[in-house]
Formats: sequence, C-alpha cells, structure tokens
Amino acid sequence: MARKEYSFYPGCSSERNASASNYMVSVQSMCKTLDIKLNEIPDWNCCGASIGYADGGELPRHVMNARNIALSQKHNPGQDIVATCAACWLGTKESVERLSKSEQLLADTQNILADAGLKVDINKNTASGVRHMVEVLIEDFGYDELAAPVKKPLEGLKIAGYVGCQTNRPFGIDGESFENPKYLDKMVEVMGAEPADKYEQKVTCCGGALAFSEPEKSQAQIKEIVESAYDHNADMIVTPCPVCQMNVEVYQEQINKTYNKNFNMPVVYYSQLMAVAYGSSAKEAGLDGQIIRSKKLEEIAEAK
Amino acid sequence: MNQTTSVSDPSPVEKYRNNFLKEVEANVEEGDWVKMCMQCGVCSGSCPLGSAWAHPPQELFMMIRAGQREEVLRSESMWMCTSCYSCVVRCPRELPIMHIMHGLANYANRLGLAPKMNPTKRFAKLFWDNIAATGRVNESRLSIKLYFMNGLVSGIKTAFAMRKVGLGMLKTHRLNLIGFFRAGGIKEKNQLQQMLNKAYEIEDKRKGLS
Amino acid sequence: MTNEVKVAAYMCKGCGLGERLDTKLLVDIAQSEGGVSICKSHDYLCSSDGIATIRDDIDNQGVTHVVIGACSRRSKTEAFNFSATDAGRVGAADEATKGVAVARANLREGVIWSQPDSDDARELTQDMANDYVRMACAEAKFMQQPVADPERGANKRILVVGGGISGITAALESAKAGYEVLLVEKTAHLGGWTKTFHRRLPAKEPYAHPHDNDIDELVNQIEVAANITVFLNATLTKTSGAPGQFSVDITTESGATVTENVGALVQASGFTRYDASQLPEFGYGKSPDVVDQIELEALAKSANGPNGEGGIARPSDGKMVESVVFVQCAGQRSDKPGHLPYCSGYCCNVSIKQAMYFKDQNPDIDTNVIYTDLRTPGNSEDFYRSAQLKGVVFTNGTVNKIEVNKIEVNKVGTEGDQLSVNFHDHILDQDAITHADLVVLATGQVPNSGVDIESKIPDANDRADNTAGQSAQVKVSVESILNLDYRQGRDLPHLKHGFSDSHFICFPYETRRTGIYTCGPVRRPMDIVQSIEDATGAAMKAIQAVEGAAMGRAAHPRSGDLSYPSFRKEGCTQCKRCTVECPFGAIDEDENHYPVFNESRCRRCGTCMGACPVRVISFENYSVDTVGQQIKAVDMPDEFDEKPRILILACENDAYPALDMAAHNRIEYNAFVRIIPVRCLGSVNLIWVTDAINAGFDGIMMMGCKKGEDYQCHFVSGSELAHERMSKINDTLSQLQLEPERVQTYEVEITDIERVPKLINDYAAKIDEIGMNPFKGF
Repeated sequence: MARKEYSFYPGCSSERNASASNYMVSVQSMCKTLDIKLNEIPDWNCCGASIGYADGGELPRHVMNARNIALSQKHNPGQDIVATCAACWLGTKESVERLSKSEQLLADTQNILADAGLKVDINKNTASGVRHMVEVLIEDFGYDELAAPVKKPLEGLKIAGYVGCQTNRPFGIDGESFENPKYLDKMVEVMGAEPADKYEQKVTCCGGALAFSEPEKSQAQIKEIVESAYDHNADMIVTPCPVCQMNVEVYQEQINKTYNKNFNMPVVYYSQLMAVAYGSSAKEAGLDGQIIRSKKLEEIAEAK
Repeated sequence: MNQTTSVSDPSPVEKYRNNFLKEVEANVEEGDWVKMCMQCGVCSGSCPLGSAWAHPPQELFMMIRAGQREEVLRSESMWMCTSCYSCVVRCPRELPIMHIMHGLANYANRLGLAPKMNPTKRFAKLFWDNIAATGRVNESRLSIKLYFMNGLVSGIKTAFAMRKVGLGMLKTHRLNLIGFFRAGGIKEKNQLQQMLNKAYEIEDKRKGLS
Repeated sequence: MTNEVKVAAYMCKGCGLGERLDTKLLVDIAQSEGGVSICKSHDYLCSSDGIATIRDDIDNQGVTHVVIGACSRRSKTEAFNFSATDAGRVGAADEATKGVAVARANLREGVIWSQPDSDDARELTQDMANDYVRMACAEAKFMQQPVADPERGANKRILVVGGGISGITAALESAKAGYEVLLVEKTAHLGGWTKTFHRRLPAKEPYAHPHDNDIDELVNQIEVAANITVFLNATLTKTSGAPGQFSVDITTESGATVTENVGALVQASGFTRYDASQLPEFGYGKSPDVVDQIELEALAKSANGPNGEGGIARPSDGKMVESVVFVQCAGQRSDKPGHLPYCSGYCCNVSIKQAMYFKDQNPDIDTNVIYTDLRTPGNSEDFYRSAQLKGVVFTNGTVNKIEVNKIEVNKVGTEGDQLSVNFHDHILDQDAITHADLVVLATGQVPNSGVDIESKIPDANDRADNTAGQSAQVKVSVESILNLDYRQGRDLPHLKHGFSDSHFICFPYETRRTGIYTCGPVRRPMDIVQSIEDATGAAMKAIQAVEGAAMGRAAHPRSGDLSYPSFRKEGCTQCKRCTVECPFGAIDEDENHYPVFNESRCRRCGTCMGACPVRVISFENYSVDTVGQQIKAVDMPDEFDEKPRILILACENDAYPALDMAAHNRIEYNAFVRIIPVRCLGSVNLIWVTDAINAGFDGIMMMGCKKGEDYQCHFVSGSELAHERMSKINDTLSQLQLEPERVQTYEVEITDIERVPKLINDYAAKIDEIGMNPFKGF
C-alpha cells in the first residue's frame, strides 16, 4: 500500500515522444521516492486546453472534461484527480466550477455523457478534488517532508523559479499571491539550491498557444523571461508547466537571432530538480530530454 | 467593411442602446458580466500583449455597450488573448474577462464574422480538429499542419526556419515523426466524437445558431 | 493675581531624567533663581507617592502654584491635575473650590529625549533643562488658576433653523436626548425637498435598491413630540447673545414676532436647486423632456402607483419613456460662467437611483448614465453595482449638446420632442449621438448660507450698500438666515462657494460662531443619508455646547478650559483690532467702541491678545506675562560663549505635539532652542518678539498650522493673522539693522515629526551663518 494514491490525469504532452515526455519521466522518479501511486484514468481525453475556446465553445469543452471526471469517478472512486500539466488541471477544475454553477450546463452534460453510459457527480467537493501535482506536494506532504528524502542537495545552483500563468492564476496554490507566489522558490530551497528570489518575471506570460500563431509577440515575452534569469545570475529556470517549459526552452535560439542575444539557459521542471536531489540518475530525471542541457544538474546527478 | 460611428450619418442601428449588449448576454460565454465593467482599464494594462490589441478588453466592453456589433465581432483583438488569466485575477469587479474574450471570439467564429486569416483563429481550428479527431493532441500532426497552414511554399520556409527546434525535439524524443502517420489517441474515439457533435448541436440550438 | 503666591517646584528623576540630568542643580536653580518656596525631587513624580507629596504641600503648606519638572505638558495630564474639579468630572468650579495653577518644565521630551545621550552633549543638555526650570518658575508666578465666567448662561433649549430632513433630524435627535427644541421653518410645511422625492438612497445592507421615502413618518414624529415647538412660515429676524444665553426673534409671515431664549442653534437651512435654465446647451427650457433630478423625482412620484408601476411618461406628450439619458456633472465641476465649480458629490448616486426607477418598472427601458467620473464612495459602490446588474448602462463621456427637435406627426404619430444627446465617448474617443425620450440633468446644490460677511466686511446696517456694491460674479445671498446682532456680520462666515466655514477635519460641525452649528447641504452638498448623519452630529455638538456653556467651559479645541479673556479698559485705545480679528466674532463693541467680550462665544485662542497693541487683554492662565516672563527667564550666554539661543513659539495643537512625538522617536534637534507652546500662533503678541530680541535671542522660529483656503489652524485664522503680522515685522528688523531671517514663520502639521527637527537644525545652521544677535548683552 502506497503512502498516497491519486487518480492520475497525465495529459497529452506527457505521452511518450511528446513535448513533455521528460517531465513524465521525472515525475515517475519523484513519485517513487515519495511513495506516491498514480492510477492513470483509463482512456482519458484531452482537456481542450485554453485555445480550444475558439472552435470548442462551452459545452463541448465541458463535456470533454466531464468525461475524464466521470471516468475517474468510475474507475478510481474516491481518489483526487491529479494533473501534472497546468492546462489539464485548470481546464478540468474550471469545468467543474462552471457545471456546478449552471444547472442547464450540467443537465446538458449529463444528457450527453449518458449516451456513453457515463455520469458525472458534481458536488461541492468535486472542485477541490481536482489538483495539480505541486498542490499535492505542498499540501499533502509539505516542505519538510519533501526535504526528508534529499540525498544530494543541489548546492551551488542558483535557480529562477518561473511560475508562469496557469499554475498560478486563477486558482494557484492556496495561500500564495498571484503577483508574487513563493512556492517554487521554497521548493528550490528545500532541494538545497539557492532561489533567485528577486526574479521579476516569475509570473510573466510566455505567450502560451500564441507561440505558434504569433511567434514574434510571444518571443518578445520569452526574451524578458530568460534575460531576467541571466540578470539574477541564475544557472537555470525551473517551472511547473509544460507549455512554459517548452516555450521558454525551445525558442531561445530564434530569440538569439532576432535580438542578437546569446541565450543558452536550461529550463527544467521542479520534478527534475527533486528527482536529482533524491538521488536519481540524469536519465531517471529526464535530463536527457532537455534541448538545452543543464550540465550542472547532470553533474550532480552523476556524482556518487 | 467596418462601420464607424459618424455624427453626421445616422446609423440604422441605434447606437448606445442595449441591443448588442443583450445579444452578448444571451450568446457569449460569461457575456452577462459585460455590463458589470466599471471601465477602470486594469485589464488592458495587465494584458501581456495589451499593446497588440486594437481594442483592449475595457474598450471592447464599451463598444458592446455602444452597440458596435460589427466592429467587435470582426475585431482581431480577442484573438490576441494568451489565456494568462492576468485580467481575471486583477479585475476589481471580478469579471471573468479572459473567458468573455474567448466567448466573443468563439461567437464571432460561429457567426462567420471572425477575421478569416487571423493566425490564432486558424491555429485554434487546427488544434481543435486535431483533438476532436482522436481525443488527444497529436503534436507531430499539429505542428506539420501548422507549418503548411499558409500553403506549401510558406510551409517549407517555416519548417526550414523551425528545423532546429524540430530537430531538438526529435533528438530528445519529445517529437515523433511516426506520430504523423499513426493517429494514436483514445480508444473510444467514435464515442467522443458523437458526444462532441451532440454538444455542438445543443449549444447551437440554445444560441439560435443552428 | 491673588495676594498670597506660594510656588512649589518638583523635579522628577524618573524616565531617565535622574541619570541624564543633575537634578540637584535643577532644585538649586528653582530655589535660587526661580524663587520657589519649596523644591523637592522625586524618583517617580507621577507615582501615587509623588502625587501625594504634592497634594500634601498644597493642602498643608499653602502652596498656590506648582512647577512640575518632568515630562511634556501633554503627558500625565490626569496625574498632574490639581484643579478643584478632577479631570473629566462635571461639576461647578467656583472661587471656593479653586485649585492650584500648574506650570510644566518639559525636561523629558523637550530635553533628554531630543538630545544625544553622550558625555559631549551633557553640558548643553543640562543648560536646556536649567532654562526650562527657570522658565516654568517664571510662568507659574504669573499664572492664575481660572474660574468659570460668572456671567455664563444656563439656557439649554436648542433652536433648529430649517424644517427639511437635516433640521427634522437635528430636532428629533435633540428632543430624544431630552432637550427642548424650537424648530423654525420658512415655508408652510415641514419636510423640505425630501418631501418632494419619490424614494431615497438606501442607508443599509444590501445597498441595492432605492429606499422608501419615510419623511412623512419623521414629520409626524415632530408633530407628536412633546418637547418640540414648531414655527411655520417663520424666520429669525434677530439673534443675539452667546451660548447658553441666546435671544432670538422669530417672526412669522404675518409680521408677529416672539422672542425666545435658547442655549444653542443648529442651522439646517439646506440648499437652493441650481438654476438649470443656465444650461441652454442641454436643452433645458427648450423641451419639457429635459428635466433636472428634482423634477424627475416629481415625475416618478406622480407616476401611477407607489413604485411608479404605471411608468414614467414623457412630459411633452405623455408617451411612456422608453429611453432615458442621465447627464452627470451638468453645470458642475466647470469653470464656465454660471456653472458650479465644485462637485456636489451626491448626484451620481441619485442618477443611479433614478435609473433604477425605470429599470425596476420595466427592464427594457434603455437607461444610459453619461459620466466623466462616477463618484460612489463607501457602500454606494454596491448601489452602483446593483444598477449595473439591473442593466443600467454607464458611459464614460462628456455631453456637449442636447438638440431638441419636434418629431413629425406622420412618422411616429405623436407630437413629442426628440432629444439628441451629443457627447464624446472618452473610452472609445469618438463623438457620438444617442436619442432619448427623456434627459435628466444632474445639477448640483447651492447652499442657503445667508450673507457672506467676508465678501465685504459690513458696517452696521449697511444692507442696502452691501447689495449695491456686490460685483456681478460674486454670488452672495443677501437674505440673512440668522440675522446675528454681532459685530462681525449677520450670518456664519463662509469657506468657499458659499458653504459655511468649519474645521473640516477636526471639528466638522463647528462653525465660526460658537454655539451655532451647521448641518446638511449648507455645510457641503449632500444627500439624505449624509444629511441625517450630519444633523445628528450637529445636534450632539449643540447639546455639548449648552452643557459646556452652563459650566463656563470652552468649546473645542480647548474643551473644558475655564479661562476667558479679560481686558483693562483704562489702557484700551479703542483700536478695534480685537473685535475685527477675533475669528469667532466673540467680541462686540459698545457705543464708545470699547470691546465687549462675550465670554461664552470665546474659544480661548488668544488671537485678541496677540492683536492688542497695548497689551490690555489677558487670560488668567495665559497672558503677555506668562510667556514674556519665560522669555526673560532664559539664561542668556554672552556673545563669546558660542552658545546661541533660538526661541521657538510653537502652536500647542500641531507643532508642539509634533515636537513631542519627534522626541518620542528620539529624533534629535539642536540644543540651543528654547520652546514655548502657545495656544495659537494668532495669540503671539509682537512684544514677545521684541522681548526675545532684547533678551539676546539670536533667532525666533514661529510654528503654526497651515493657513489659507485649506487651513488647518484650529482657530481658523490665527495662523494666517500671525503670518500677516510677522510679515510686517521685517521693517522693524531692518530699522534695527537686523537680518529678516532672525524671525521666521513656519507652517507645521502634527505629522511633521521628522520635518520639524530638520527645520530646527536648518534654522540653527542659518543663525550660525548670519552670526549672533548684535543686541546680546545690551
């Protein structure tokens, strides 16, 4: 019997050979150390993401999320749904809120789900049962318990905690502010590294899906995010969000061309820091998945 | 195409009446919040792409009140939303501004008024078609379609410009070309598609769009 | 001064005084230089043992004056109160139970807490303490413990002028507190404007809907109240006397006059509706469909049913209104001729309320409020939100013009007016037109405050001259409300725009005539809810005034002070300065132009004392001598000691507390200053400046409150007068070959805790620069 057990919603980007597959690898290592059992929701579907608004509208998006919740309630009864992706968490939680507020929306949804033999239970506790992995770590474990298994403190690293948007707004982590959330810095500290606590771009938007459709505008944002990390002498950026990770990491070379910069800033997930600190190898921490490799972190991982 | 309000030219639509506001309230996601805006402008100032909006949210709300239906629905502005939720958490009146922007874009899209060539609109369609087909995002199909969105020549150029990004993703096993040929996705694809179709149907009927 | 003066001094060693100062030396100075009969030191003077020591000397040694060398006079006021009546206790204080006068040497805040605790500083610190002991001993000898004015009046009836919502509230509140009330109303009925309103603004949660107008119920309460006498169709034709003893002539339309005695007055004379015919650009007067807010109330009230269920009809043709535009700030917040320059404040809420009249009756009616700044303070924000929820549209814009056209009969079938509202939308930055069945102009309130005495200082009975002499642009009522029989004019002084003058921050209901309080729109533009609160406050102040007057106590800010000015008639030159300069009109003149002090009207600021060129005016505990002797008591080092001396005369209301608080924060300042608190800078008599220069002081700093239109002076014009007087001293200084910098005047706020020490240090540096007073040692 594992210490904690959750109904797991990995999300599309976490799939094998997808953009956040390295995130998934590190999450599995981290969960192994913390003795967390993740029961994947069978046949989960996409949350619709934020950009789904344009063609998805309201009801279709809520139906997609309601299907996942219904499947979770059916196969993993009584377990909180945990997502590692900010958009998955947000989309699911938002649908719960909207369905609980509108009787008509809920009735329509149930009507549609019924065709597939599904039914969703939306009650006052449903929304609080949809959680982000970071939320679980902080609330169900706490910083002290997260610190306990640290074998290799990440000493000598200075890390800029880039929280981004959707893990932070509109729900965020309980007790944190929207303008200056501290939890990522605390987690960095707990893992033995030094947080760049004055990093002023920690909640700046990376452009999200507009990185594809409006690359110049989006890259202008990313430039600020990376540049500030350099200004604060950070060795790397850490983030809890797959979209943030990808946008901030992969466009650095294009930004270098456009703005005549020399960026080469690694962008890692909190779970990768934790996996390394807990003694995982670079591969187990998914560090081989970085386009901009973090040599310093790899060195710690490979050190005996 | 765009109508401008002119003092000398009395418009057939009575401006500064509630006609369009009422339409927005009925048909736009969270549209009944529009009337609660107090015109402070915090949303416009908080938007990361604010300067790129021809009409920032505050202004769009006023245009709705002023009855500027065409200008609002044909606007590129809402399509600049990155879904960062800054406006939502900062609005002193607690308007779900981002959702209203999404709702307006969606409504304009369904009415066929949204700007045809808007890149975000087009990417959004690719994305939705992609997930609606299999139930999950197929990133390789999505990116290749995105590159060729503007035609073959432009697509090759884009792909060339993005080759390093693509190569990096491929090398780190975060992108898989086989995915382009293998659909992947959920098991109950048909079931999901039926559900989505029914959802469209119900929603269109409710909004009088069918 | 009474015959037997026996001064005792007590030096405290607590709070670090014993460690920082040579207490024995202080005791010696008090005895040898201060000439006190008894001088003792105590480890903690404010302890019960210390107090008992002092009391014992008073009771058994015949001590009449006490010098306390301890903390600031603002600290331990209860402990060091040796007056006959204990602090806070209400009771008669007459000659038989007279207490002892107390002078305080501020050794704690004034010396050890504002000076560095170092061996280097020890000598200068001790010099300061020595001087403060000398000064306190000198002050004590010239002080008397005051006793209440024997001429005080004890009438406790309260007269309320005006029978609108403010007056009604003031009357009911006073009556409920057990006071007899006379309510004088100019018209034939009570209720004022409020009676004409459909509904009123909400006063309690959820602040979401218009509230029933309950004015009839309030009028009924007045009519049945046993202790309220109502005079309808009546005005005040003469008001004379003072708090506790006013005499008022009430004249009815018929010409019959009764004279009544009252203790205090509440003036609730309300407002006159702004004349919207001055706004032709908005179509007012061109179409009956353009109305002001008061007319809209009447339309709503006359619509069918108590909630206007029948809907509001367009006046021009009786068609039901389907669209209405509210124009905010109509003729307000504007510099155009004939417009009100100020914001009336309540009109945003009223338009919101009136828009709800339409929306509550029929949600399909288009209601558009065009505003530039919506002002909905406090809970009104909820009211605003509620209106938005009801579908009232708010447009940020400025209305430029409203065009009125006749609608063609064949097109619409009626002969109503078509109103085109031309405005600039500030959000969309475009000119726009919207059409409406009805336009409501949010015009403001003009106060009914009577004759502005300061537009021209009137001589007696100059009403006709005054009227003729008014320039066209100065809008001043010529109809007096109070008809005061005062030296300084027939009504309350105005602040600006005709609103009555009061100390807005500290004493909002106080006017510049003691015992007369204003409330409601005569004080500032306000709505019913605000007027009710305002009137309640004014009633409380009136009650306080009659009770205080009966005991001979001063009103604010020297509440409870029993002293009052007296003058030596034989020295008086009938120069009239005191009667003109008294900020409160307390001093009249007799037929020979000698001042006649109305002690109960006096606020005890001492402005008259400061004004008097022959120094014949004094208070028992504050006089030319009590300060002058302190100045002379300072031990003046000679020119070669390199120890300049700077005298600071600091207003006790703001500057002195700021200095005390600076000391509490251990902010240090120059050791060469000697500070004397004054009641008001207006009480500073020029002789003190001369005394100080003659005594060898090298510079004089005078610290008063902010003056001018946004004055902070607790006595209204004291600071202004002092600045004025001191500006004239420059001539004298230059005649004496003295630099004008030797006498400087400052405006200091109570919050200037860090600024005041800096001012002192900068000034000390300046004195260092210009050198010592050449008169030193002469």
